Amino acid sequence: MPKPDLRELPATQGQPTPEQPVSSGARPGSGARPAAKPARHPDSLKGTILKVVLLGLVDAFAVYVLMMLFLSQSWAALAVSSLVVLAINWIYLRKGGLPAKYLAPGVLFLLVFQVLVVVFSGYIAFTNYGDGHNSTKDDAISAIQLTAQKRVPDSPAYKASVLTKGNGFYLLFTDPSGKAQLGSSEDPLTEVPEAGKDSTGKANSLPGYETLKFQEIVANQQDILKITVPVSDDPADGTLRTADGSTAYQFKPALNYDAATDTFTDTETGTEYRDNGKGAFADANGETLATGWKIDVGMDNFARAFTDPSLRGPLLGVILWTFTFSIASVALTFVMGLFLAITFNREDLRGKKAYRILMILPYAFPAFLSGLVWSGILNPEFGWLNQTLLGGANIGWLTDPVLAKISVLVVNVWLGFPYMFLVCTGALQSLPSEIDEAARMDGASAWRVFRSIKLPLLLVSVAPLLISSFAFNFNNFNVIYMLTGGGPRFADTDRDIGSTDILITLVYKVAFGQGTGRDYGLASALAIIIFIIVATISAISFKQTKALEDVN
Amino acid sequence: MSVRTLASSKETTFDGGPLPLAPTRRPFGVWFKDKGWRHVVGIVTTIFAVFPLLYVLSAALDSNGTLVGSNGLFSRFDTGNFVALFSDPTRPFGRWFVNTLVIGTVTSAATVFLGAMAAYAFSRMRFKGRRMGLLTLLLLQMFPQLLAVVAIFLLLSGISQVIPALGLGSQLGLIMVYLGGALGVNTYLMYGFFNTVPQSLDEAAKIDGASHVQIFFGIILRLVTPILAVVGLLAFIGISSEFVIASVVLTDPDSQTLAVGLYSYVAQQRSENWGVFAAGAVIAAIPVMALFLFLQKYIVSGLTAGSVKG
Repeated sequence: MPKPDLRELPATQGQPTPEQPVSSGARPGSGARPAAKPARHPDSLKGTILKVVLLGLVDAFAVYVLMMLFLSQSWAALAVSSLVVLAINWIYLRKGGLPAKYLAPGVLFLLVFQVLVVVFSGYIAFTNYGDGHNSTKDDAISAIQLTAQKRVPDSPAYKASVLTKGNGFYLLFTDPSGKAQLGSSEDPLTEVPEAGKDSTGKANSLPGYETLKFQEIVANQQDILKITVPVSDDPADGTLRTADGSTAYQFKPALNYDAATDTFTDTETGTEYRDNGKGAFADANGETLATGWKIDVGMDNFARAFTDPSLRGPLLGVILWTFTFSIASVALTFVMGLFLAITFNREDLRGKKAYRILMILPYAFPAFLSGLVWSGILNPEFGWLNQTLLGGANIGWLTDPVLAKISVLVVNVWLGFPYMFLVCTGALQSLPSEIDEAARMDGASAWRVFRSIKLPLLLVSVAPLLISSFAFNFNNFNVIYMLTGGGPRFADTDRDIGSTDILITLVYKVAFGQGTGRDYGLASALAIIIFIIVATISAISFKQTKALEDVN
Repeated sequence: MSVRTLASSKETTFDGGPLPLAPTRRPFGVWFKDKGWRHVVGIVTTIFAVFPLLYVLSAALDSNGTLVGSNGLFSRFDTGNFVALFSDPTRPFGRWFVNTLVIGTVTSAATVFLGAMAAYAFSRMRFKGRRMGLLTLLLLQMFPQLLAVVAIFLLLSGISQVIPALGLGSQLGLIMVYLGGALGVNTYLMYGFFNTVPQSLDEAAKIDGASHVQIFFGIILRLVTPILAVVGLLAFIGISSEFVIASVVLTDPDSQTLAVGLYSYVAQQRSENWGVFAAGAVIAAIPVMALFLFLQKYIVSGLTAGSVKG
């Protein structure tokens, strides 16, 4: 361990031979250079070479990225990336500007994955981005043509076999004239004369591909049903699909798109669907086609959060509970941690060390597992608490709205009290002992000393941590999602929102949940609202703690 | 130590006898009022703290497997769950474990490095925008990355179309996203610690002809090892527990982390896979807990140092 002797460095540096530690302790290999040569430029040859190599690697990667951007014709991204590459080279090639050289890498990541995504969140909040609205209008038009398909009446049956290569499934068709063609959802039909055929003339194998056996077809039924092979590059030509893995039929769009009038017409009923200005095609009655496209909707998402009846009530409940949850969590863990810290702040208490190690175990246990483990203990039907401790009682620890909230808090206290215990122990021990003794001389009781002297002093150092603990719990996703999943569900909404949902789990469910579909726009709007709440509260309370610090 | 003098002075007032003999001679009531209740609190809290961990360990060692079967604590001992854990090809636990280790190690190492460089700049150099930079960092870290998960998802799916190796489903992409949070609170923690290393050290080295690189790697980084260990460990623990972004970015079971994978074990059928999940939880938790307990001295000092400085 190099630590102990390096600790003594501050002592040696005052002596007249400080070059010793520098030359021996510096980067390995740099010892070849004479240690005391003050007038030379500080960059060694080795350092320069290393710098050139590193910058070269970065630039090589950058050129690759720029080329890919050029090929995909993303001009805006190309322009921004070029500027970034130029800036990096400028920072590291010029002589001065040392701080930038140390800050640039971290700041670059920060800008892209923290600042940019925040700005991007802001942008998404003003669009209808989400399921069915995730691309341009042109993409939506071809998607509608692809999905709204009907079997062409009296179309010939193709024989089909299912092949795989890598992770993808392919269909091998034999058309009525005996021609073999291969295709997948991504690749339109192509003729494959080299396909092997069985005795009935059905093509069933192809070099480089594996043919699925019957059992495998059954096992992968869902994926095989989803394969739609475009007949050609034009979606209007229709697709081939198979329902059983052995015969396929041709399907054609049930909706015809007319580019001149910008309308879809149902080939059977004749209903016309027009662009409704909200990113979707709709008929005269307002019925929309499932696939739409992304448009800007202004403040719609924010307005929806507070006016949509299926959202307004539950959202209010969620906001209230988020505050209750985070404030109660901070308060309970702090009180418990402080109490324990005082209890064990005795040098001569036997077993103090053992207690401490056992008590901080929950803090060391991975947080995502805690919720899951507790969900097993508290499970109403099979859980340990009901089955073993309460002798088979059926108490809905996680299914009753009130009990579920209490359970969440208890689990979060379990998770959080060790941290507060550690922090309070540290803060208590750093308090000057003279104050305590002086107060006792004056006849103050232990409680009085604690309340009037120790606690205020303690709060000065701990208050900032309480604020960050509040901010952390405000977005404490893991404990809620793993323990209750936000449930039990509210009865008055068809959305997947429940009594223990906090804002962040709500955002996650709205964005990526099953059932009601993904709504990125709404989720981002909610995220922005959360950010504003947390930022405001943090700013206010940090100001308050400044006032606390004046006490000191 | 101040606490010791306080405590011992109190003891002598209780019975006036010499300190080493005092505990055995005092009547139970006095002992309880002074110390005994502390043990009661300690035992009760310890049970509360440790019980869930014992419960999951007991469930892991009982191959009966379901949630119902795991209620009698340590009624059976076998390794059936562990065998089952490693033999399910649709849920490659071994891969998850390796993935978590790799992602966690790479990210925390890079986090420490990037954070240390920034802290070095803030602590040792005076430049325009330094104060602003520090304040901006404090502000930005109030916006946790998981709030922007939608934007991260869409950004990565955009990147996927240009460079698939960095986009959705890529662990490298995920690491880069995590590195977006490398500065922020870490830089703050390190900045405070860097400031405690005397400036005169660097100046002496500079006079000797050491370059800033040599000062950074050769002197500063070695003197601040404790805080580097704390930041690295906290980053590792945080990342190995991170669920939201990992679940959105890593879609293929082979590339997932423990948090995402183990959640999928009990997401639908909480009762059925309980034993195997418990086995997975034990294996996932043991290295992290061991590391934590091993380094707890550093962690505690790091946390409290942060608490005093704010």
